[in-house]
Parts: sequence; structure tokens; C-alpha cells
Amino acid sequence: MGAAVQKSTLEARLEGLSTTGFAPAARKDALARLVAMGLPGRRDEYWRWTNPADFIAATPVPAQAFDDSDEAPVFEATDRVKLVFVDGVFDADASDDLALAGVEITRLAEAPDLNWASGLYGTLEVAGQTPVARPLAALNTAAATDGLLIRATAKAEKPINLIYIHRSEVSDPILHHVIRLEEGAELTILENGPAGARFNKVMEVDVAKGARFHHVRVQGRDHERRAATAIFARVAEEALFKSFTLTVNGVLTRNECVIDMVGDDAVAHVAGAALGDGASDAFLHDDTVFVTHGAERGESRQVFKKVLKHGAVGTFQGKILVKPGAQKTDGYQISQSLLLDDDSQFLAKPELEIYADDVKCSHGSTTGAIDETALFYLRSRGVPMEEARGLLVLSFLADAIDEIEDEGLRDDIVGRLEAWLNRHRD
Amino acid sequence: MLEIKNLHVKLEEEDKVILKGVNLTVETGKVHAIMGPNGSGKSTLSYVLSGRDGYEVTDGSALLEGEELLEMEPEERAAAGLFLAFQYPVEIPGVGNMTFLRTALNAQRKARGQDELSAGEFLKVVREKAKTLKIDADMLKRPVNVGFSGGEKKRNEILQMAMLEPKMCILDETDSGLDVDAMRLVADGVNALRDAGRSFLVITHYQRLLDHIKPDVVHIMADGRIIQTGGPELALEVEQNGYADILKAHGLTEAV
Ligand SMILES: Nc1ncnc2c1ncn2[C@@H]1O[C@H](COP(=O)(O)OP(=O)(O)OP(=O)(O)O)[C@@H](O)[C@H]1O
Ligand SMILES: [Mg+2]
Repeated sequence: MGAAVQKSTLEARLEGLSTTGFAPAARKDALARLVAMGLPGRRDEYWRWTNPADFIAATPVPAQAFDDSDEAPVFEATDRVKLVFVDGVFDADASDDLALAGVEITRLAEAPDLNWASGLYGTLEVAGQTPVARPLAALNTAAATDGLLIRATAKAEKPINLIYIHRSEVSDPILHHVIRLEEGAELTILENGPAGARFNKVMEVDVAKGARFHHVRVQGRDHERRAATAIFARVAEEALFKSFTLTVNGVLTRNECVIDMVGDDAVAHVAGAALGDGASDAFLHDDTVFVTHGAERGESRQVFKKVLKHGAVGTFQGKILVKPGAQKTDGYQISQSLLLDDDSQFLAKPELEIYADDVKCSHGSTTGAIDETALFYLRSRGVPMEEARGLLVLSFLADAIDEIEDEGLRDDIVGRLEAWLNRHRD
Repeated sequence: MLEIKNLHVKLEEEDKVILKGVNLTVETGKVHAIMGPNGSGKSTLSYVLSGRDGYEVTDGSALLEGEELLEMEPEERAAAGLFLAFQYPVEIPGVGNMTFLRTALNAQRKARGQDELSAGEFLKVVREKAKTLKIDADMLKRPVNVGFSGGEKKRNEILQMAMLEPKMCILDETDSGLDVDAMRLVADGVNALRDAGRSFLVITHYQRLLDHIKPDVVHIMADGRIIQTGGPELALEVEQNGYADILKAHGLTEAV
């Protein structure tokens, strides 16, 4: 156009972002990775069903903050350390002290040389770039503005809750957390909130021998939210990694989870429940999971459920890779959708790649409607139509929700699901 | 209590007529039994009364205490006091049996303008009733009917009936799949509910059940109609001679 030189998409996306500050070397490397792989495009196989245009655009699509004050704050019933980011900026006043027995918490922006995390920042993300490129994660490592370094050396007495508040219509936060659980430690991370008009978030989680990591996330009710998130986890011997995400609404959500099971007898479960009603706004939810078994007797589970109506779209790409020598692997993957009408759509690509001979792996994917027989059975017992449908939706989601170990957290999630169903009756 | 008049029903999707003019009146406080060959329309009658989709009523009516059932939603029929113990109870994975019972009970109480039962009160009642039906705590916790044996499912139906205390109970082959002891349990459960204000319509193939649940009236259904009505002796006759003579007397062959 005119005489001006057309900027490349990547240059445009990077404009105004800082790739200096903390961890300069790691960020420089990440930038080089990003330049080499380029931003994702519609033609990339890995983005076949989810158009990345809004994630790679120079500026976010403006999005109004959503008022969800008609509901109790997420995780309110749980005693926890609250750490608040507003449009991606840490809000010390709204946050609790960065103090929890057995846990070190530092802001990335205040740790130029990253302390204990200096050898870790970006390394799990790099490992997760093979065999599939994840440019948005490299972009994150290169250009994150803040995040938390969280290191647990013992069993934390309460969860840490990362709360991402969205106020500005054009906020575009990039946050990067590095979490390490030392041998035998135990920690629960809770996350909720839309964070901004567009959110790019990476969480690197390193779980050492015998440690136990729990993650429960609520991607809230904002209709206009656009979020690309990635978790990169390394799970050592006898360690446990468990992650559950509830997503309700959101124009565009891509949640990637890359898990590397490097030690024998490791356990990794990742689950998600997503509910979308295209009547209020567009809804596209994408779960992309890659689990690598690199050691013996590992147990992995992927349980993803989606409830879709009025043109909502759900996608799932999930892979289990069993490396040579990872004998006695027990890998399981299920992705299911419940379509509440004929307009909605679920696309799934389950994959297994196995290079060991003594393993047990299974995967399945289903798309279905409400079971009319069960619906009649409930109604014949006096349960009104909408309540009966709600019960059946909850029953459909039960396997995913059951992946949350803590009963209080589970009840919180179920309460939110019920509230959503009540708001979205036909 | 229940007054069915000239009920004609066909399948919604096909031109198949299943009920061809059913007339049946069950008086308050009475136990009526329906027997009849396979495929004669017994389950269809029970489904149509409780409001299942897929059937089209082309003629006739069904009144419960003077109110037209056929115009109500299934949940309204339940609230009005109708209960069907299914021939094939439905499995609902992911919904706990307790949750199911409590949701149903409270929904009906709400529909009738009563207060919901508290969790404590509910537990007390359900435990007591489950115990008499030999339904253990584990079965109450498990998802509705999932992994239940045939007999367990049937006992679970009776538990629901005992909890909901309907006025008009339809039991569709509740005896099938039950061993001798379970049959007695179920019969005891039903008999415990018998009272002057409650009526039963018991669909069965066997006299055995009627030894335990003594009917006041026995009907024979064939080819979508009630073709004969009598006292308990009619069931004994069927047990001994089968349906051949009765069918022949009504101009029907066995292969209807
Ligand atoms: N939804 C349906 N689709 C097709 N045929 C049906 C349907 N429902 C009922 N029928 C047919 O209607 C007839 C009556 O069926 P119904 O189940 O009412 O018989 P029944 O008297 O209960 O038999 P049984 O003693 O075997 O339980 C049968 O021929 C059956 O195949
Ligand atoms: Mg039948």
C-alpha cells in the first residue's frame, strides 16, 4: 500500500513488545526460535481447525470486560494465597503477600537473573517445540512482561490462586510462569480470569521425584475473551501432575498442554470441560495435548469433554507418544462432545504413536446428543425437562470433573457448571 | 383412580397401530393385573400413560383422578401421582442414585407446593426404605442402574416408588429377572405400599408374582385391546392353559 514498506506479520506482532529485561539470553534464543519457525498460519496442520489470525494480529480485537459479579468469586470457598494481575500487570495491593511456608514466590519482573529458575525459564518450552512447533509459546518466552517463579520445597499448606483480571478493552498481556516442585513437594495452583482482551500465557512446570502438582483452572464467562495458553510439564520419577480446566464461553480459546514423562512410575492426568453457547457470541474451544512417555510404568490420562450449542465449535487434538523403552506404559485418552442441537460441531484428532511393545494404550472420541431414553426416565420420576437435561449434561462431564482430587474445588466447579446451565436454558 | 377409554395409539414414525381401543378402569385402592402375549401392547400402554415420545394417540382418553393424563408432560404426570416401574430400567452414568432420588423427590414436592426435604431427612428415609429392599449403601452411591444386575435394577425401581409414594403405580414386568427371594422382597415392598388410597396396575407374564401380590382384577391384553377381564382365577387359567383358548374365543390366533 502506497510507498510504505509492508511490514511482515511477525514484525507487526512484535512491535512494541520488549524482548529484553529479565533472562535476556533465554529471551533472545526464544526470539530466534520464533523467527525460524514463523507465526502459525491457517495452512499449518496443527492449526487446521482453529484459525490463529486473532492470535497473530498486531493488535487484539477490542474486548469489553465482563461483569460476573452475579456469581461468587471463583475458588472463594478455598483458603488460598491470592496473586492478582490486572490486564497482565501485577497488583500488589489486591494480592496477598508473596509468602507461603515451603514455597518461594518471586515476580519474574523483579528477578532479572531469575534466581533458581535461570536454567529453567524457556527450557521446557524449547523441549516442547519438537516434534510440533508452538510459535505462540516461543513468542511468549521472548516477550513475556511478567509472571511468577514459584518453587515448592515441601507440601504447601494451601493453594496459590493466580487471578487474572481484565479491565482495559485493548489489553494484550503475555505472562510466563515457571514452577518447580522439588523432591517430595506438593503444590496446588488455581487460576481464573480472562486476563485481557487477548491473553498469551505459558506455564512451565517441573515436577521432581515424588512431588505432586495439582492445577485447577477456570476460564471464565467473558464472551469476547481470546486466549492462547500452553502448559509445558516435565514429570520425574514417581511424580504426579494433574491439571483440570473448566472453560465457559470465550470467542476463541486454545489450550495446549505438553507433558513429558521422564521418570519411571510417573503419573500425568490432564482434563477439561468446556461449555459453549454460540447464541451469545461465537465460541471456539481448542484443546491440544501432547503426552510423551519416556520412561517405564508411566500412567497418563487425557479426559476432555465439551458441551456445545447454537453453533459452538469444539476441537481436540491429542497425542500419546510412547518412546522406545517406555515399557508398561498405561496411556488413556478420551475426547467427547455433547451436542445440544444440530448446529454445533466437534472435531477430534486422537493419535497414538508407540515404539515400545509392552504397553497398554487406548483412545476414543465420541459425539452425541442428550440420551432421550434417560431424559424420559428422569422426567417420568418428576424431574422437569430443563433440570433433567442439566443433570444429564453434568453426568456427561462427570469423568472430567472427577479428575479434580479436592472435593471443595470439585464442588466449586460443579456449582459453576450448574449456574451456566441455568443461564443457558433454551 | 385411572380410567382409560377407547385408547388408540400408533407409532409416530410409522403407520403401525399398536393400541386398538383399550378400555380399562382401575378403582382407587385396587390392584389390577394385566397379562397377555408378547407384543400385545402392554409396555406401550404403560409408556403412553407416562408420556414417552414416539407414540401418537389417535383416539381415546386416560384420566387420572378425573384429569386428562395425555395432555400433561411426563413430569406433570409424575407430580399428579403416576409412577411407572420400567420393564427395562434405564442406566444413567454419572448421576448418583442418591442424587437422582433426591432430585426426583424434591422436584415432585416442589410441584405439589411442599417444602423440599433436607439432606438429613432425606438420608434417613432413603436408608430405611433401601434396607427393607436389601439395597446396600454401595448401590445407593453408584450411578443410576449402572452395573446393576437385572434384579438390582428392579429393586431400585421399587425403591423409587417407595420414596415417591405415587397414587397410581404401574409395574411393567417387575418380576422378570428376579430370583425367588428378590421376588418376595419386591412383593413385600409393593404390599407395604398397598392402601385404600393407592392403586396398582401390575403387568406380568406369571402367576408367581400374583401369588405374592394378590390382584383384585385380572385383564388379558391381546392385539392392542383388553379382551377379557376376570378375577384372580383368570391368571391361574392362563398359567395352566396358556392363551390359546382365550385368543381363539376372540377370533385371534396365537401369532398376533
Ligand atoms: N418404538 C417402537 N418401534 C417399533 N415397534 C414398536 C415400538 N414400540 C412398540 N412396538 C411394537 O409394538 C408391539 C407392542 O409392543 P409392547 O412392547 O407394547 O409389547 P408387550 O406387550 O409389552 O410385550 P412383552 O410382553 O414382550 O413385553 C410390538 O409388536 C412391538 O414390536
Ligand atoms: Mg413389555
